[in-house]
Amino acid sequence: MIVARRKPLAEIEAVVQDCTQVLVVGCGSCMAVCQAGGEKEVEILARQLRMRARLASRCQIVDEITLPRQCDPEFLRPLAALVDRYQALVSMACGAGVQLLAEQFAHRPVFPALDTLFLGVNEGPGTWGQRCLACGQCILHLTAGICPKTLCAKGLLNGPCGGTKHGKCEVNAEKTCAWAAIYNRLEKWGRLELIGRIWPPADWSVVDTPARHGTSLAEESAP
Amino acid sequence: MAPAFRDVCRQKSFIVTAEMGPPKGTDTSRLREIVHQIGSSVDAINVTDNQSAVMKVSSLAICRLILEAGGEPILQLTCRDRNRLALQSDLLAAWVLGIRNVLCLTGDHVRIGDHPQAKPVFDLDSVQLLQVVANLNQGRDLAGNALEGATDFFPGAVVTPGADPLGPQILKFRKKIAAGARFFQTQAIFDVDQLKSFLDRAQPNGVTILAGIVLLVSPRMGQFLNEKIPGVYVPERLIERLAEVPKEKRLAEGIRIAAELIRAIRDTGICQGVHIMAIGREEKVPEILRLAE
Repeated sequence: MIVARRKPLAEIEAVVQDCTQVLVVGCGSCMAVCQAGGEKEVEILARQLRMRARLASRCQIVDEITLPRQCDPEFLRPLAALVDRYQALVSMACGAGVQLLAEQFAHRPVFPALDTLFLGVNEGPGTWGQRCLACGQCILHLTAGICPKTLCAKGLLNGPCGGTKHGKCEVNAEKTCAWAAIYNRLEKWGRLELIGRIWPPADWSVVDTPARHGTSLAEESAP
Repeated sequence: MAPAFRDVCRQKSFIVTAEMGPPKGTDTSRLREIVHQIGSSVDAINVTDNQSAVMKVSSLAICRLILEAGGEPILQLTCRDRNRLALQSDLLAAWVLGIRNVLCLTGDHVRIGDHPQAKPVFDLDSVQLLQVVANLNQGRDLAGNALEGATDFFPGAVVTPGADPLGPQILKFRKKIAAGARFFQTQAIFDVDQLKSFLDRAQPNGVTILAGIVLLVSPRMGQFLNEKIPGVYVPERLIERLAEVPKEKRLAEGIRIAAELIRAIRDTGICQGVHIMAIGREEKVPEILRLAE
């Protein structure tokens, strides 16, 4: 899933303080799961903004709504009847959701309340770790299910760099060296030959930004 | 003019290279002095490429200055700061400027350097960079396009014989040989047996191995290397030796230790030579070599 972290309150407050009516929009998918922008976090942020407004003697109405997802126009439709009541929307979705919201309601400013971090997994209570770069060229079948592009700080494809120390990473001694982990797992499997060949440089052309995927592309280019 | 390093590796019985870092700034006076002092004692001089991710004058420019001073430079080239276009372009530039040797490295991460906010590149890794050099030597770029005039670089790489774990290091070492590395300069060695057991296990044939020699100048430096530098092991007895002599005599003791290591490597013949890293004390290289004779 996509993992994000809420921005500091002061930063969010600074961008909405001149708006008298604000709608905080939560996202019930990834952002709810990573405890950054689901219903509960929407309620907390809305309360904090109200409290700050009151302390500063500003007249500001802060309302709340949480949608199942913000990355699909279908789920944004219920907002159509509401947005005109507000001077600004504060989105608690990932960067993709914020942008779709802004695109669908282009006449209203949409402010992000989160910093989107990575594609990752839950590693324990309140902790998430990155696992995927969305590189468009998955090689996990060759690397024992451990992604060196993501988990090696340098994204190396042909083995560890000289900075690995006791199986830890040069950049952060608390992190496991991805190549030590790949090697250990493949050695246990007796499949070291999978990483024995020299891998060619990655093809970055397959992830040209902005990337798109799907059938509508072909339909669009058809005469 | 110094003989080509490629020929030295083929013909000479014991090879010596030394490393120097470019200045941080435009003052090249110390550098020119060092080249003058050590140029005739060593077979080639490595020039580091923003070593430890600290921004300095480019290795390319300093290599050219060494060449003009009559020395034989080895261009260190890392994958940290350039994508595949810039790497190839700089390699062609090096060849055009008369540089014939290139040491291909991954490079330290920008986070540990003096511009930690920088975007690290790593479009290629050291193995792929060696393949790029092999392609350019055959008159082709990485995309397969023909070049108007090929290079004929003598490519080298690095290896850490004391790496922990060692398995992945040997895997990469073999890939580097397969990708065309003709010579290796190792991470600092303080224990000749450690190097010997690595070479026994890795079995490199047909490549020149130069053992890395770092000049120790204090017991603290020895402890620092043990704690901070991956794959470097300074035996306690060497740290004690440095601690036992008064401060003003520690540099001389460090020079003796380096000379003893060089002599041990040469006398046992476990590899073809040494690569001296006298960080900040490059002018001591001739003295180390004299003592090692």
